[in-house]
Amino acid sequence: MDMKSLYLLIALAPLAGSIIAGLFGWAIGRRAAHVVTILGVAVSAVLSFRVLYGFMSGQAEVFNEPVYTWLTVGGIDYSVGFLVDSLTAMMLVVVTSVSLMVHIYTIGYMHEDPGYQRFFSYISLFTFSMLMLVMSNNFIQLFFGWEAVGLVSYLLIGFWFKRPTAIYANLKAFLVNRVGDFGFLLGIGLVMAYFGGSLDYQAVFAAAPALAGKTIQIIPGVDWSLITVTCLLLFVGAMGKSAQFPLHVWLPDSMEGPTPISALIHAATMVTAGIFMVARMSPLYEMSDVALNFILVIGSITALFMGFLGIVQTDIKRVVAYSTLSQLGYMTVALGVSAYSVAVFHLMTHAFFKALLFLGAGSVIMGMHHDQDMRNMGGLRKYMPITWLTSLLGSLALIGTPFFSGFYSKDSIIEAVQASHLPASGFASFAVIVGVFVTAFYSFRMYFLVFHGKERWMEAKHGHDAHGHDDHDHHHGLGPNDKPHESPWVVTLPLILLAIPSVVIGYLAIEPMLYGDFFKNVIFVNHEAHPVMEELAHEFHSAAGMGMHAFTTAPFWLALAGVVVAWFFYMKAPHIPAKIKQTFAPVNRLLENKYYLDEIYYAVFAKGSRALGTFFWKIGDMLLIDGLFVNGSAKLVGAFSRVTRKLQTGFIYSYATTMIIGVLALVTIWFAPLIIR
Amino acid sequence: MFTNLLSLAIWTPIVAGLIVLLTGGDQRAPLARWLALAGALAGFVVSLPLFTSFDVLHGGMQFVEQRPWVEALGITYHLGVDGISMLFVVLNSFVTLMVVIAGWQVIEKRVAQYFAAFLIMSGLINGAFAALDAILFYMFFEGMLIPMYLIIGVWGGPRRVYASIKFFLYTLLGSLLMLVAFIYLYFQAGRTFDIQAFQALAKIPLNVQILLFIAFFLSFAVKVPMWPVHTWLPDAHVEAPTGGSMVLAAITLKIGAYGFLRFALPILPDAARYLAPAIIVLSLVAVVYIGLVALVQSDMKKLVAYSSISHMGFVTLGLFLFTGNNLNQVAVEGALVQMVSHGFVSAAMFMCIGVMYDRLHSRNIADYGGVANRMPIFAAFMMLFAMANSGLPGTSGFVGEFMVIMGAVQTNFWVAFFAATTLIFGAAYTLWMYKRVIFGDIANPHVAELSDVNKREFLILAVLAFTVLGMGLVPDLFTQKMHLSVNDLIAHVAQSKL
Repeated sequence: MDMKSLYLLIALAPLAGSIIAGLFGWAIGRRAAHVVTILGVAVSAVLSFRVLYGFMSGQAEVFNEPVYTWLTVGGIDYSVGFLVDSLTAMMLVVVTSVSLMVHIYTIGYMHEDPGYQRFFSYISLFTFSMLMLVMSNNFIQLFFGWEAVGLVSYLLIGFWFKRPTAIYANLKAFLVNRVGDFGFLLGIGLVMAYFGGSLDYQAVFAAAPALAGKTIQIIPGVDWSLITVTCLLLFVGAMGKSAQFPLHVWLPDSMEGPTPISALIHAATMVTAGIFMVARMSPLYEMSDVALNFILVIGSITALFMGFLGIVQTDIKRVVAYSTLSQLGYMTVALGVSAYSVAVFHLMTHAFFKALLFLGAGSVIMGMHHDQDMRNMGGLRKYMPITWLTSLLGSLALIGTPFFSGFYSKDSIIEAVQASHLPASGFASFAVIVGVFVTAFYSFRMYFLVFHGKERWMEAKHGHDAHGHDDHDHHHGLGPNDKPHESPWVVTLPLILLAIPSVVIGYLAIEPMLYGDFFKNVIFVNHEAHPVMEELAHEFHSAAGMGMHAFTTAPFWLALAGVVVAWFFYMKAPHIPAKIKQTFAPVNRLLENKYYLDEIYYAVFAKGSRALGTFFWKIGDMLLIDGLFVNGSAKLVGAFSRVTRKLQTGFIYSYATTMIIGVLALVTIWFAPLIIR
Repeated sequence: MFTNLLSLAIWTPIVAGLIVLLTGGDQRAPLARWLALAGALAGFVVSLPLFTSFDVLHGGMQFVEQRPWVEALGITYHLGVDGISMLFVVLNSFVTLMVVIAGWQVIEKRVAQYFAAFLIMSGLINGAFAALDAILFYMFFEGMLIPMYLIIGVWGGPRRVYASIKFFLYTLLGSLLMLVAFIYLYFQAGRTFDIQAFQALAKIPLNVQILLFIAFFLSFAVKVPMWPVHTWLPDAHVEAPTGGSMVLAAITLKIGAYGFLRFALPILPDAARYLAPAIIVLSLVAVVYIGLVALVQSDMKKLVAYSSISHMGFVTLGLFLFTGNNLNQVAVEGALVQMVSHGFVSAAMFMCIGVMYDRLHSRNIADYGGVANRMPIFAAFMMLFAMANSGLPGTSGFVGEFMVIMGAVQTNFWVAFFAATTLIFGAAYTLWMYKRVIFGDIANPHVAELSDVNKREFLILAVLAFTVLGMGLVPDLFTQKMHLSVNDLIAHVAQSKL
């Protein structure tokens, strides 16, 4: 098989599964639907591993070819084309392997749901879209993939379309993402207009250096660097997709979707598309310190302030969601300090451990009979041993325990920030260090509340109508005589399989990915202007050495402190958090209301645009145009006709005369200026 | 090999319409239906070779027919299509077929007259797109209003009289001035009404061009419709039966835009350049202002009607984006793609609303909720069309908007900026409506009684879905037909007549 067919097969196998399950799911039944979609994704996954192996062993060559010409206009081809290099190969493996795990998991999680086939069709369609996004060799296909994953995300957040919260959340997600896409599309427009009239990555990157000094006047009289404006606009797209402040508001609400997709789309893959995009565009971003500083500030705000919100959540999925936001912020910070490879490295480790944590949370939710409130949990360790152990491993990876995967990637980010000389790196450095404590605290708050301590579901008074429940999960929460139970093997197997990379992948991958040749010629860094990675390389000796050294550094002790404080607060002295809540009531209120951003956005954008629309409609259309202009002239005609009625003689010749006079009059009036002149 | 294809495309539906009329009263309604279907199908079949045998390697007018008509006044029966107008003849014949199927059981009174009106209108519209003689064009252009006027006035809703008079008043105003302009050009071009002769006029002073342009503008802007002469459209849509709305949105609006590119731009290039900024501003007002107005509509048909105006804003925008002396090719082709795409998407949206209206007799968003529970297949189709209306890549709705925005960036960043807001507004009004109507739990007992689409409805929705996706995934199929004609247009417009 030649490479082109291989790559086509990787992308199209999930699509085929999706189409079969989606259009013919009613005919082939549930079992066939999951078999065919899992088969499609499995084919992709196996081939992706083969591709990655090729790049790791150095045998594979970069593939960059058009596949299909979508549109030709004005001498420019808009094509579908594949660029497969080591970055793509890594993304392929991450996407397909997490997707495969999620597919298998879904058999257990959704097995009572009447929309079973539809769900499998959607997640396979998502996999296809995401693969097209990461394999693209040009901006137009990138945008296609970008919007397609957004579509599937919309469909899946609203999967339980009877729930008012779900269909509110999916509309919100789509619209907030559209705000990002708005910037993204304008960025693509600038690329097409100024970078040599091509949307092909390689052509654009080749044209970029010559444009270093070029300025454009967006506001007349003010010169802005073209590269900076382009990079910032493209980054607005990333802010939407990767949920960066202030476009992050859709991600927590997206938890209304079924948990498997929270793991796949809203943690491991889709939300990292923005990170991937910026890393892919490193040759452009390296040319603009302004853009990098901006990215750094946005990432830092997201990393720290979204972490704070994780502390006050009571819904198990929302804790993981805010943790995802915070970790996406870390990745963005890494991009900002030109440590693209570190960002992508964290993207990879995070994909595994966060998918694990989400799927673990899903398993807990199943064990609790669809109760998501952590206040009703506790002591689940006994009843769900596999879920407990794998979740613990995931949490340890997340907080950056030495030798776990998250440690290598997160510690590298912190070091990279400290090595950076950008003006914003001071703030970023503060944010990521404090973030370590915050992460450890909320993670282990969740861990202790769920798996240890008192078995609170016994006395929990969760009413059966506490959540907007519906037909398919009619049993909300445990009944009086129920006990939590471990999930079936289709659920626990993916947990185990994800736990393995969550633990070891960092140790194995850090050397080739950050300091080896893996990303050579793929990620571009201007080492003279941004020598961060060189300084890191100087410090780095081996993965094992880095792990040992960690015990002497602040992040480790901060993480440990976070765990200990969480243990003390929620295991030892549960009255303290309540006390703190009371003492710092305003702060608590601010956090519980998510800094009131939802309310502000709703008041300003949703209500504002509706008010403006109503104004234009009632005042502009109805009062001014219709009232004054249209009906006014109709009335005028009416008044006129009352007079002219007398002229109606009933004789053809008199009408004809009138008509001719009229036409002549009109011609005269209309062309009078010409004649007079 | 086909010498009279255009005549066939024009007269087949008209003759079929007259035959349908002959069936008379409603006691022979089944016969009228089948005859109408046969006529519409025949009309579509004879228009197909226009698409398939169109020679993309040679520009210019094809399938030309010319016969003397009123020789004393230099009026000829002159037909021909280029890669632009050809698309609309085929689109129109296609939509007519859909409309006949859509009206199959829905129309119960005056069945023969209803179908006859659509068939005759279809022929007249084909005539307007194919005419190369200004008077011939004018007659078709005005003639097609009569069936539409009747469709709204006879089969329309409760306020049909107000709507049809408003429609009539609005469109009458501009048409007269256009006729005056034609007469002026007739004398300038040496006593001929040949449109190509108008285009070939070498010298027209700027102030004359501007006056003529305004005359054309008033006629065509009403049809598009452009802000602020758009308020007839929502009323007409609300009162029109489903089929009327489908043709109105899919085809009638396109004649306005077509008029700009056939008359105003090539005949009056300097006035077009001079007035382009004004047109661009009006187009952007349509995109933003109308987008916001669409957001607050409580009537589904009004919402889609406003969304049509907003989408047509992209068409006029794309047609008037100049870089120096030249029109922007990407933008012009984008405008054309948008016209065709909007034909599919708006027809589909109105069809969807019609399907629901036939069951519940309400267009009010508040009367719905949770339709997906009872009509899952319908909900899936409408999701696709809603996404196309929001300009999602992979659907036809994206292609034109994308091309116009790309073209706009080259002209002026802020034009692109305001145009691109449609990404947000378009998604907001469409998907918010979708959410309130389709999603959610079953809102009331009426919704609980809904039944999913029948075979006839499924057929129409499936065919439209196929076209929407097809054009989104293979837009080249359409754009390759128009390249040379657009180049001709650009070359024409680049040539100053001062």
